Amino acid sequence: MKEYKTINEISGPLIFVEEVEGVAYGEIVEITLENGEKLKGQVLDVSKGRAVVQVFGATIGIDKSSTVAFKGETLKLGVSEEMLGRVFNGIGEPLDNSPLPLAEEKRDINGSAINPYQREPPKAFINTGISTIDGMNTLVRGQKLPIFSGAGLPHNELAVQIARQARVLGKEEEFAVVFAAIGITHEEAHYFIKNFEKTNALERAVLFLNLANDPSVERLITPRLALTTAEFLAFEKDMHVLVIITDMTNYCEALREISAARQEIPGRRGYPGYMYTDLSTIYERAGRVKGKKGTVTQMPILTMPGDDKTHPIPDLTGYITEGQIVLSRELHRKGIYPPIDPLPSLSRLMNNGIGEGKTREDHKNLSDQLYASYANGRELRALSAVVGEEALTEVDRKYLKFADEFENKFIRQGFYEDRDIEETLDIGWELLSMLPSSELKRIKEEYIKKYLPKSKSS
Amino acid sequence: MMKKGELYRISGPVVVAKNLDAKMYDVVRVGEEELVGEIIKISGNNYVIQVYEDTTGLKPGEPVYSTSKPLSVELGVGILKNIYDGTQRPLKEISEKTKSIFIPRGVEANALDRKKKWEFKPVVKKNSRVRRGEVLGTIKETELIEHKILSPVEGKVKEINSGKFNVEDVVAIIESFGKKYEVKLYHNWPVRNPRPFKKKFPPTIPLITGMRVIDTFFPIAKGGTAAIPGPFGSGKTVTQQSLAKWSDAQIVVYIGCGERGNEMTEVLEEFPKLEDPRSGKPLMERTVLIANTSNMPVAAREASIYTGITIAEYYRDMGYDVSLMADSTSRWAEALREIGGRLEEMPGEEGYPAYLARKIAEFYERAGRVETLGGEEGSVTVIGAVSPPGGDLSEPVTQNTLRVTKAFFALDASLAQKRHFPAINWLTSYSLYLDVLSNWFDKVGEGFSYLRKEAMKILQKEAELREIVQLVGPDALPEKEQLTLITARMLREDYLQQNAFHEIDMYCSVKKQYLMLKAILTFNTRALEALEKGVPIEKIRSSKIIEKIARMKYIEEKNLNEIEKLIGEVRKELTKLEEGE
Repeated sequence: MKEYKTINEISGPLIFVEEVEGVAYGEIVEITLENGEKLKGQVLDVSKGRAVVQVFGATIGIDKSSTVAFKGETLKLGVSEEMLGRVFNGIGEPLDNSPLPLAEEKRDINGSAINPYQREPPKAFINTGISTIDGMNTLVRGQKLPIFSGAGLPHNELAVQIARQARVLGKEEEFAVVFAAIGITHEEAHYFIKNFEKTNALERAVLFLNLANDPSVERLITPRLALTTAEFLAFEKDMHVLVIITDMTNYCEALREISAARQEIPGRRGYPGYMYTDLSTIYERAGRVKGKKGTVTQMPILTMPGDDKTHPIPDLTGYITEGQIVLSRELHRKGIYPPIDPLPSLSRLMNNGIGEGKTREDHKNLSDQLYASYANGRELRALSAVVGEEALTEVDRKYLKFADEFENKFIRQGFYEDRDIEETLDIGWELLSMLPSSELKRIKEEYIKKYLPKSKSS
Repeated sequence: MMKKGELYRISGPVVVAKNLDAKMYDVVRVGEEELVGEIIKISGNNYVIQVYEDTTGLKPGEPVYSTSKPLSVELGVGILKNIYDGTQRPLKEISEKTKSIFIPRGVEANALDRKKKWEFKPVVKKNSRVRRGEVLGTIKETELIEHKILSPVEGKVKEINSGKFNVEDVVAIIESFGKKYEVKLYHNWPVRNPRPFKKKFPPTIPLITGMRVIDTFFPIAKGGTAAIPGPFGSGKTVTQQSLAKWSDAQIVVYIGCGERGNEMTEVLEEFPKLEDPRSGKPLMERTVLIANTSNMPVAAREASIYTGITIAEYYRDMGYDVSLMADSTSRWAEALREIGGRLEEMPGEEGYPAYLARKIAEFYERAGRVETLGGEEGSVTVIGAVSPPGGDLSEPVTQNTLRVTKAFFALDASLAQKRHFPAINWLTSYSLYLDVLSNWFDKVGEGFSYLRKEAMKILQKEAELREIVQLVGPDALPEKEQLTLITARMLREDYLQQNAFHEIDMYCSVKKQYLMLKAILTFNTRALEALEKGVPIEKIRSSKIIEKIARMKYIEEKNLNEIEKLIGEVRKELTKLEEGE
């Protein structure tokens, strides 16, 4: 370990150290202030005799006489199975007054790219107990499916409910939840911990909490710690890991802040040009691989600034992830929980996880039909606002009714209501029976005969 | 001997070395781990290098070796059925070698299997004279593809052997102007240099894709270029994959450039199982994949496009029709931007380097139908996906791409949301090949281009009428225009919409397209006549024949006469209505 007292410049989160030797790119640095306080940082740029260090945390109190020690290794996390049930801060230090768990292995938190040849297509259906997800935007193991939310929408409740209810049909297998909070408020963090404790989910969970008042540089580390832990649990300990990251918007803000401090050329809306690549090094750390039992499934949550889906954060996310679950302010205003709007939502891997032997044979057809009918109902709702309901045909009025009931019975459910897939599908059929059966063009004749409730079909 | 320099500065994927002896774009080995990099700027004694792997842990002072060779790929037998990364490292071998699910740093593996023996059959005799690019012999590379070994020079065949060889064995010796050239089953080619050919032909033959909306309305020529821009979720990748599956090229090069890992896995899983509709053999037999997923090193992503197109040109030179899919060129442009930013270059629009337009144009210009040096005809068709941020087509990558590509398939998020797939907007898309290819299509079915024009007219009329309908409702329209709405709906739902996952509908031959279009337009013409004879529109609307037309897309290719019968039925049915039955 080499120590220097040669800080030449301090600018925002960056310090410039002169006369250094043998420093590696990406190396971890410890800075000791005059009062003995210690800070951590990482080498961002190194050339002969000069290193630029990014400090994790505020640079308050650093002066030119502070000591900079280069630790000779890159940012690593000691991982072990004992991390389950523990709460850490955003840089992996315990928050629960217990000692650091004994590391079974030290891993570089940036991970490596999974060899595409080693991947296996995600196939196993995850029952989240939420109809709009299970029925119409099915989550499968190894998928990365973000929740696009907005400020003030109940995405935290939804995340907690999913973490509590998620399970796989049939066999009991080892699962774990890794939870990464990025820049959330103390109140929100408390909400998550309390809920995990209340439902005994904490013992199967690892929590990393970077709070709103923690240094923003640490926000770049928190999700990587979470994913390094998740990869270890999945690929070494055969667990099925669900990673929930909230809120990715805070992550991107931190990325922009640091990019600006480094005086980089900004891309769209001031976010750095490499934000896509950077986000992909987080989101791509999900999947199923050959020869390993465990899987990593990701559910990142982000709040769309101004509910704008074309904002760079949701936009770049959508290009990397395998679909998105979109929360709707309109549904939320109507008092519907969870306010998931099925129309802009999408699960790209849905078809891999449903059908005979996985959920039920009619699932695909039913989901397509519900989607089409609800979309039609919504369109007619807009039309009837212009021309009046009287101007609509008999069938059109049925669609209007259908759309209302769909929102009330299918989308709406309780915070503690855990529907299994059969129940979700049956509610779907029940609702479709409101429409003339000749309108059910997307469903095979045989399924209509088998599943459509007889009494009401007209 | 490799010349040695010294690492001076490291900042992400871009590093600077000093005291190196190297030319621009030479490949260098960086650091103790010998990571692969490429010289991209020389300034005084500073050699700026983009490194194709993660640079964490590198230190100033570590050695840098110059190979004095530009970034090259191995071109030879055994490329097909493989999956490579952006710099042609074989991902399967790497996984077997490292026994890891990840791609560790600094692993090396030969692109072509050195041990495998191939049966080489000469087609020229000893002492015969050959031109440059002439076929010396052939190897059965896969079930579908005969690999041709071409002469690197013009000269006399001094020696040629038949039998089983591995790629490094010398199979022939050519003497040219007193020099002897050894011919192996592979050679190296610098990726940034286009391979030479004799001349380029104008595009006159369509690349049949089996997708109705493309073949009928926006056809693409063999050797042509097309761009597919679209926001996320509009089905870019599904469209690209459908093109890779069903286009009637003999070789498919699929570049996953900065996209999802799972998508490449999907291709790897699916292609060996799917059958080529023409040969009945698995599609994988003619495919090579270049996978540089979004989280793999960004400099290698920049290289992947060139690796792909060089391989495509190599098979073109054997006289094959090659189609190359690049998904997505935006990610490649972003890699340029990222590296440009690290070089502290003066940025152009939206932070992209000022040379973006030139780079895009150079890439698409490598497409074309050519006469090869050996006198054969081959083509490279390039279809590039573009991912415009926020679906905004005015951004620089889309705009620069549209300037050089001749066909434009505009993917539309609102169509995708209505589950209209492929979500190609028929009003905003275009193909500049339409006129030159008309003759070809008219030979398949008489009056095909006339039918296409009529259909497009109806679709355009519908767009106008829809605005009125939104205000006054459909019943307020005159009956003739209501019929336009009915036919347009048929065209949209029964013709343009195509299910990429339905076993029959996923591929539609041109003959079938012609018949289907004819059926719909026959309905339209006859229904118009019926209207004039006083048949009420309601009767036409509720006619059973409409449902039959809706189902014709599920008729198998071998039963196409059923569609012909259906056309007869359409006529009969409407005559019946006229007679007031």
